[in-house]
Parts: sequence; C-alpha cells; structure tokens
Amino acid sequence: MNSLIRSAARCLRSGPSVYVPGRADGRVWSAPARFLCSAADLQKDLGEMVKKDKVVVFMKGTPAQPMCGFSNAVVQILRMHGVDDYAAYNVLEDQDLRQGVKDFSNWPTIPQVYFNGEFVGGCDILLQMHQNGDLVEELKKLGIQSALLDAEKESK
Amino acid sequence: MLPSVLRCIRPVSTCLTLTQPLAHFRPQMDPDPSRPVEKAIRTKLTNSLKPDHLEVHNESHMHAVPPGSESHFRVLVVSSQFEGLPLIQRHRLVNEALKEELSSCVHALAIQAKTPEQWGSNPSLAKSPPCMGGSRGDHTVEEKLKAGRE
Repeated sequence: MNSLIRSAARCLRSGPSVYVPGRADGRVWSAPARFLCSAADLQKDLGEMVKKDKVVVFMKGTPAQPMCGFSNAVVQILRMHGVDDYAAYNVLEDQDLRQGVKDFSNWPTIPQVYFNGEFVGGCDILLQMHQNGDLVEELKKLGIQSALLDAEKESK
Repeated sequence: MLPSVLRCIRPVSTCLTLTQPLAHFRPQMDPDPSRPVEKAIRTKLTNSLKPDHLEVHNESHMHAVPPGSESHFRVLVVSSQFEGLPLIQRHRLVNEALKEELSSCVHALAIQAKTPEQWGSNPSLAKSPPCMGGSRGDHTVEEKLKAGRE
C-alpha cells in the first residue's frame, strides 16, 4: 500500500505514468489517468515494477478475467500452486505498456512472467516448469511454498 | 499375423478422413505456397537451428481472427543446438530467428524446443489452450494481419 502512495505522489509531482496492477487475490485499484511519459521513463518504471513484487505477470486481461488462452494458462498454473498474491499488469489497457514490456524483456509475446525481478519466460516455459517440477523449486527460492507440496504431504 | 498385415495395407487416405477434415490436412514436407508466413518460419528455423525435426503449425483458425490468417503459430524444434541451454535461451534463439515475423505479422508463437534426446524420450506436441477471444477487436492484431497480407 505504501508503495502505491509513493508512486501516486511521484505521479503528481513529476508527471510520469503510474501503472497500478490488479491483484490476483481480487483487490483491484482503478488505474489513474496516464500522464505523458517518454519511452525511457517507461523502461525505468518497468525496472521498478518487476522488482516490486516477488511474482509479476504481464498478461492480457486480469487474473479474474483473462482475455487470452495463454495468459489464462499462466493464471491457472499459478493458482494450482497456491500463488494468489502476485502483481498482474493488463497490457490490453495500455498499448505503450504492451510494447514497452516487450522491449524491456526483449521478448516478443505476452504473457510474460517475472520472479524476483528476473524474467522467467512465457506460458510455454511456465508450463514446462510446472510439468517437470522446476516451478515448485523456483517458488521455494522465492520463499513461496507451493500448494502442490502441501497436497502431496496430505496424500502420504 | 494376417489381420495385422491387412490393416497395414489399408490406404492411408481413409485413415485421414476418419481423423481430420481433409481441408485442414497439410503434409509437413509440402508447404502451401499461398502461406508465405508459414514458409518463412520454416525456412528461417531450418537455416538457423538446423533441426533434426521441425513442425510448424498455423493455429490461427483456433483464434478470433479471420479464416486464412497467419497470425498464431505453434512450432516444435528439435535441435542439438539446444544442448545444455536452459529453456529461456532456447526460446530466445527461436525468437531471434523469427524476429522479423514476430515484429510484423505473427501475433502469437508457442514454442517447444527440445534436444534430440528429449524428443526421443517424449515425441509429443503440446496443445495450445483454448482461445479466450482476446484478439477480437484488438487493433494491433488487425494491423499485423494487414502486414501479413501485404
């Protein structure tokens, strides 16, 4: 919440754009009006956005209402692992963000997943990580216990 | 022994009509010349990654785009150039090879990048998730489709 106030204050002061993510757990703040900003500002913002939360997803639509099958797959996979508290940015709301994140990650498609500020990949990679067990390990490194591990323990 | 031999010599075409409408059947080795994007993808991936096995599937018909579009693709690349590389590096190699298509007419690209060993132990093509209509009314997709037709 503090970071939101800080970024809103910054917005009023100097006029850069502020991106407000929808929270996967359902709380959504409405995005403030976009101010004009340079591409460089956007890249700087993105650098901060991907580090602000442990898990960050750039997607089409929102976790509650994905607008693309591949974005939905990412949401479903994270949900399966019990990851509900992550930052989700809807690129359909902002064409500059949509292109900006592709430039930032040097990755041509959406969705895009970041763990601890590091680009992980898109839907295909997340799916393969889920299938081969790597996702559980990566979440552990973030300090997130996958729900699938709990389910495994209960079945034993 | 005899029944299985008879099964083998049954004409292939009857098998195909049972499983797939003929209109969608495209032999992988014979790309349709009226599908320039698919051809370009195949050529570029072949030249840059020298794959042991390559599949290029146009999945545009599964999405909210006009029939005959070349906007959504799934590729399966089996190449020894992927040995020792993490998934993200493999995908970046594919993205790099198809940079031009991805910045112009290709809107979505699903990638499977396997080493020959991985392909040998699991020779399967993943399935794309169902479309949720995001391309409908999306002007950037319309622009890409226009770019593909020009």
